[in-house]
Amino acid sequence: MRLIETKGLSVTLGRQTVLHHVDFHIDRGEIVTIVGPNGSGKSTLLRSLIGAVAVSGEIIRAADLRIGYVPQKLHIDPTLPMTVRRFMGLPRRHKAAAIDAALERAGLSGLEDRQMADLSGGQFQRVLLAHALIETPDLLILDEATQGLDQPGSAAFYRQIEEVRADMGCAVLMVSHELHVVMSASDRVVCLNGHVCCEGQPEYVASAPEYRAIFGSGTGGALALYRHDHDHDHAHHGHGCAQDPLAEEAL
Amino acid sequence: MLDDFLVRAALAGLGVALAAAPLGCFVVWRRMAYFGDATAHAAILGVAIALGLSVSVFAGALGVALLMALTVSALTARGYAMDTLLGVLAHSALAVGLVAVSLIDGIRIDLVAYLFGDILSVSRMDLAVIWTGAALVLAGLAWRWQALLTATLNSDLAYASGIDPKREQLVLTLALALVVAVAIKVVGVLLIAALLIIPAAAARPLAGTPERMALGAVLIASASALAGVWLSFLYDTPAGPSIVCCAGVAFALTGTVRAMGITNQ
Repeated sequence: MRLIETKGLSVTLGRQTVLHHVDFHIDRGEIVTIVGPNGSGKSTLLRSLIGAVAVSGEIIRAADLRIGYVPQKLHIDPTLPMTVRRFMGLPRRHKAAAIDAALERAGLSGLEDRQMADLSGGQFQRVLLAHALIETPDLLILDEATQGLDQPGSAAFYRQIEEVRADMGCAVLMVSHELHVVMSASDRVVCLNGHVCCEGQPEYVASAPEYRAIFGSGTGGALALYRHDHDHDHAHHGHGCAQDPLAEEAL
Repeated sequence: MLDDFLVRAALAGLGVALAAAPLGCFVVWRRMAYFGDATAHAAILGVAIALGLSVSVFAGALGVALLMALTVSALTARGYAMDTLLGVLAHSALAVGLVAVSLIDGIRIDLVAYLFGDILSVSRMDLAVIWTGAALVLAGLAWRWQALLTATLNSDLAYASGIDPKREQLVLTLALALVVAVAIKVVGVLLIAALLIIPAAAARPLAGTPERMALGAVLIASASALAGVWLSFLYDTPAGPSIVCCAGVAFALTGTVRAMGITNQ
């Protein structure tokens, strides 16, 4: 079942067109990862899916779609006192028992009354994840959720995401720079650079010339996980994502 | 009882404190301090227009404060460099208002009463306006509380939960204009922002959650209003500034208490 689908989605921020005619969809229970270079519109795509940016084109959401969103960064103003327990009760209040259970699942027992500002980076991310999950979302959206975590920290975080999918059956949509970790955990990878360059199973995308054109063939970590390496070069540099999407449209 | 001007003054101060304190928390959390200033200063222009057209001062102040608040809100959304722009708007509005007041023929008005408030001359009618306005602001904040907090925390989190942060901003903008309009009589346009910010800032060191901070701000603001009115009666000092002085003392006290608590641990 389609949870969310975009047809010809374009986004213009200021004078710059960030996304061109993006057709994207995610189905129930799927784990989809968006990869792409800096400034390729990954975060903008996520933000348009949650309705935070003005778009042209179509966004079709399943009826009563519940989205759990983990932002790239959550800055809490120092003037705003906020305990973990209180944060979990926003925007909808939950019973204390439900909050305790959610925090325990996230390995955060005992931190209920801690100020958000006093948490470590890893604890903070886990609270954000627990916060997104307490509403039992159909779709969990993570925007660079492991930024600022060290490698074991982010590996543990992604393991938790897989557990969450297994337990709750929610679809997961992520953006990440950590290609090697993320791609191995995904059902589908979308390579974005203002438009969708290529998409498919991780193995396919990792060997696709459009992907190579962006990330080069030296992304060893991403490829090492797969059974076979497409380690030869298709000499497609300068093609694929690097070309002007408008020129592509004109074809 | 309402015949006593001191009782009326105390009730007026209390009414404004009740509405201004929780709203002030949002002003502090969202870093809108200058926003409050601009809105309040613009109100003096509303006073001038109201006097010129012989309409109610409350209506004039509310209208212009609302216009200013909406303008600033729209400009913020477009991402202007706000501190400079707000500084320009706040002080220009005040200056234009002062000039406009001086241009009104015939009436000698007591400008000081609008700049610093004239709480000891509050009438029954003023009281009714103040308490109605305060009740509206409190009801609006209570109604939107969860959504307002979420939008204040992070606009994307709000969007993801189906809350429109722009609408919440509008709620705050309306509430701010209303508080400004009812507070003119009590503290005057120059000190309204102080009544918004100081109780909230004073409550911050002792609060662990947003609700406790808002409650603390209400208590501090109410105590300051009552103490200020009393002091101004005892020592014949201007009431508005006396109220703000009391709130300032509360800020110093809570800050000190907190600092001592931390060093003791």
